[in-house]
Amino acid sequence: MMTGVLTEILNGLLLLFLVVCAIAVAQIRDMLSAVIVFASFGLIMAIVWQQLSSPDVAMVEAALGTGVTTLLLIAAISKTRRTE
Amino acid sequence: MGTLENQIVRITSRLVAPFIQVYGIYVIIHGHLSPGGGFSGGAIFGASLVLVALSFNLEVGAKQISHDTASILESGGALGFVITGLVAIALGANFLANQSAGFPMGQTGQLFSAGAIFIITFFLGIKVASTIVTLFYNIIEGEDKSGDAH
Repeated sequence: MMTGVLTEILNGLLLLFLVVCAIAVAQIRDMLSAVIVFASFGLIMAIVWQQLSSPDVAMVEAALGTGVTTLLLIAAISKTRRTE
Repeated sequence: MGTLENQIVRITSRLVAPFIQVYGIYVIIHGHLSPGGGFSGGAIFGASLVLVALSFNLEVGAKQISHDTASILESGGALGFVITGLVAIALGANFLANQSAGFPMGQTGQLFSAGAIFIITFFLGIKVASTIVTLFYNIIEGEDKSGDAH
């Protein structure tokens, strides 16, 4: 009973952080900071997928959403300007 | 360029990259037993190669896997996938058929089981990893060699 309540609180906090990250990515003017916040968005999203009991999707999200997307966006920033 | 922050990034990525690669291979070859598979493991493995190439420079990255090698592996992974499907046809079953084509099933739960799934996952992992490396090289050197790349 108690662990169920704690799990619900954890899920709520994760979803809240997800919304905060999503708004922050759109608001931040510095591109490198936005990319790093987007990586943390992907990391939280991977934990949310795990909480929704789909570890397969969580693994893909952690590898692609957090790893590869961040690396490719940093590569794109290094070829262009850092500020908007 | 030789700042302290640069050194930290380089040393950290050099230390972490082998562990990421081992984990990627683990996810690929356990694709039929545990969560993950060819796509997840290939993405993890490709990310480690891109990490080293991005934190050092393109010469170090090309020493690991060059643009041409990545392109060849990408095509080879897709080719291996199709050939595995065609072997099933040659054995007298449908395209990509597994047990009905006579691939050895092995013991459930062991590493070398599930017949063609093991081979297909392996080729899929090669394909995805080299696709991510090719994507990175296309972004980095896109404008320079657009004449002969396409």
